[in-house]
Amino acid sequence: MTINEQSGFQSLWDYFCSLKLTMFLLITLAIISIIGTVVPQGALPPEYLQTISQNKLKLYQALGFFDMYHSWWFILLLSLLSINLIACSIKRLPLIWKTITQPVVVMGAGHEKTLSNLTTIETRGDASTLRDRVAAILKAEFADPLITETDGAFHLFAQKTPWSRLAVYAVHLSVLVIFIGAIIGSLFGYKGFINIPEGESVGKVMSRSKNEIDLGFAVRCEKFSVAHYPNGAPKEFKSILTVLENGQPVQGYNRVPVIVNDPLTYKGITFYQSSYGKFGEHEFTISDPNGRNPQSLIIQSNGSAKLPDGSGICLQETTPDISRFMPGLSGPAAQVEVHLANGENKEFIVFANNPAMNRMNLPYTGGKLLQYRGGEEFMYTGLQVAKDPGVWVVWVGCLLMVVGIYAAFFMSHRRIWVRVENGTVTVGGNASKNQGGFQIFMERLVTKLKDQLSSEDNK
Amino acid sequence: MTSSLLFNITTFAYLVSMLCFFAFVASRAKVLGTAGSAIAFGGLLLQTIAIGLRWKESYSLGIGHAPLSNLYESVVFFSWTIVLIYGLLDLKYRYRVIGAFVMPFALLGMAWAQLGLDSGIQPLVPALQSNWLLYHVITCFLGYAAFAVACGISIMYLIREIHERSTPANDQSIVATFPSGRVLDDLNYKSIMIGFPLLTLGIVTGAAWANYAWGTYWSWDPKETWSLIVWFIYAAFLHARITRGWAGRRAAWLSIVGFAATIFCYLGVNLLLSGLHSYGG
Ligand code: HEM
Repeated sequence: MTINEQSGFQSLWDYFCSLKLTMFLLITLAIISIIGTVVPQGALPPEYLQTISQNKLKLYQALGFFDMYHSWWFILLLSLLSINLIACSIKRLPLIWKTITQPVVVMGAGHEKTLSNLTTIETRGDASTLRDRVAAILKAEFADPLITETDGAFHLFAQKTPWSRLAVYAVHLSVLVIFIGAIIGSLFGYKGFINIPEGESVGKVMSRSKNEIDLGFAVRCEKFSVAHYPNGAPKEFKSILTVLENGQPVQGYNRVPVIVNDPLTYKGITFYQSSYGKFGEHEFTISDPNGRNPQSLIIQSNGSAKLPDGSGICLQETTPDISRFMPGLSGPAAQVEVHLANGENKEFIVFANNPAMNRMNLPYTGGKLLQYRGGEEFMYTGLQVAKDPGVWVVWVGCLLMVVGIYAAFFMSHRRIWVRVENGTVTVGGNASKNQGGFQIFMERLVTKLKDQLSSEDNK
Repeated sequence: MTSSLLFNITTFAYLVSMLCFFAFVASRAKVLGTAGSAIAFGGLLLQTIAIGLRWKESYSLGIGHAPLSNLYESVVFFSWTIVLIYGLLDLKYRYRVIGAFVMPFALLGMAWAQLGLDSGIQPLVPALQSNWLLYHVITCFLGYAAFAVACGISIMYLIREIHERSTPANDQSIVATFPSGRVLDDLNYKSIMIGFPLLTLGIVTGAAWANYAWGTYWSWDPKETWSLIVWFIYAAFLHARITRGWAGRRAAWLSIVGFAATIFCYLGVNLLLSGLHSYGG
């Protein structure tokens, strides 16, 4: 390696170790993350496409704004963050490790000057007696000291929670662990969606990336129901699901209720209640106002069709018995909406047993008589399906992060050094956190030392 | 006694407390500072009872759930957490005057809730019927509250700094009651030290809930993303202290920007952007 290459490498290394880069990355990530909260992500709603120009659309697409959290530049920033983190740790960890495993046990003159809590106690007594007394006090009040003898003086060193210095690195590691969990999930897991009509079973899932995935077993929807509060607001969406292996219900997975916030997991694949709908076919007839020349018209549940005059008709809701809603009437009925040629929309009800009332709709149906014949309808349940083998890694990372942050902030590596010579005891200490609290502790300790050393003096 | 009456009295107490603190800053009469914080503590106690009562009232309506389910309830809870965190700081450090910069946030919350928001007790929609709601909301809001306190302290820091630059220090100036710049900087850091772990826990419990309820711990929904933005800003703040040149004024600004982002995360996202959280919890 030439000098030049070496210094090039060195400056690159310094760059990745710098906290300036950390600040830059954290603030940049904060700012650019805003984009994805303003620009819609994923499948673009048609209303949005109407509001922006073609050029803007192309630009946003080219920049990856519609899936920005997976765009190359966002991933690049996260990678830089990871490298920065690793580099910084490699640079600092050995020093921290040394502080923990090879503590400075002797308070020398140079070291003494760096301590903000330093007191000298003048007392009588020879060094070795003082040493034993101070050691006993330190043990009782703080921690068992380590004693070294140099140049006729005794050095006592005691410390508490030295490992708390590692907490910051645990936090940093946790960020990487979470990233790893997320990567595992995106490589080996998937998210998908299935609709299952009541009474039917499904064994394949359409993933978000539009791949069909074979579950290896099947799920049957026995029943779907919606419960309401007295005020009409929905209270509970419930699917009764059965897992089938080779067509047979699996023990323990037979008729399991699945509601929002309470999913079903089988073989690492989880099914979440997500939506629901109706599924079915309805028959209408279109005839002359007097009932002649009937023609049949089939419309799917929530589907639409064209009337003979070309206007569109949407089926909104049907019931096998209208009397629940309109006492005095009976039989099946359907609520439809017609899009008239003049651009207006008209909503009305079509009955099966009431041609007289159906005739009132003639103006909206091109002068033809529209009648409902009935239909068959099933509920279907919409389930979100997810498999994520990386999720445990993510939780381990989260736990490490929470515990690490707690330790990093609220635990402190406290060290106390005492030098005992004939007639003088010099006490010094420092703490990695909460210096204020440590100072108060030190003041109390010094008072106690003064009291006890002098009281034993007078014995 | 209804919770609604108690909430009104609480609002009034916070108003009086704030005015006492303002008078304290202007007059430097110690008794006013003591009165301000005593009234704040009284208000906190009343509000605690009121929240408990509201919880009980929801059970008498047959739709029992913790009062953390809509915008009104969350704003009230936010005020409560702000006064709580201020109270803890006051008990520990006794810098009364901080109340003058923190109580306005609590008062603003209560006044908005009582005057501008629908206070009816509604049943819980299916998406919120989970114990995770409790863990998630409580940790997030305690974190937000600590950031509110940090923001108030940062404003004090900046006022002090500007004031000291323009006029020589004297006993009569309005900053005479303020703690020193170094102390304010330290208190700012201490508040964020309380807030950051709580926000982290809030994000983690949110992710755990999302994973439990929908099968994705993170879906880059605007609320999630904004909470991450807030988290990045305070992470930057924490590292700022290790880098020279970022303590003091810049740290104070970072703390204020962080709180602005927090408020956007809490309210702006619900009111201006769309997403999973738009029901206002
Ligand atoms: C770009 C990546 C990062 C780098 C290079 C970095 C570097 C550092 C360094 C050098 C320290 C000081 C350690 C010491 O005092 O010995 C530190 C502290 C800390 N870091 Fe990071 N960090 C990064 C990202 C993060 C992230 C994403 C978090 C999120 C939680 C985080 C949380 C912390 C915490 C909590 C502290 C302790 C701060 C304090 O004690 O006030 N760091 N970081």
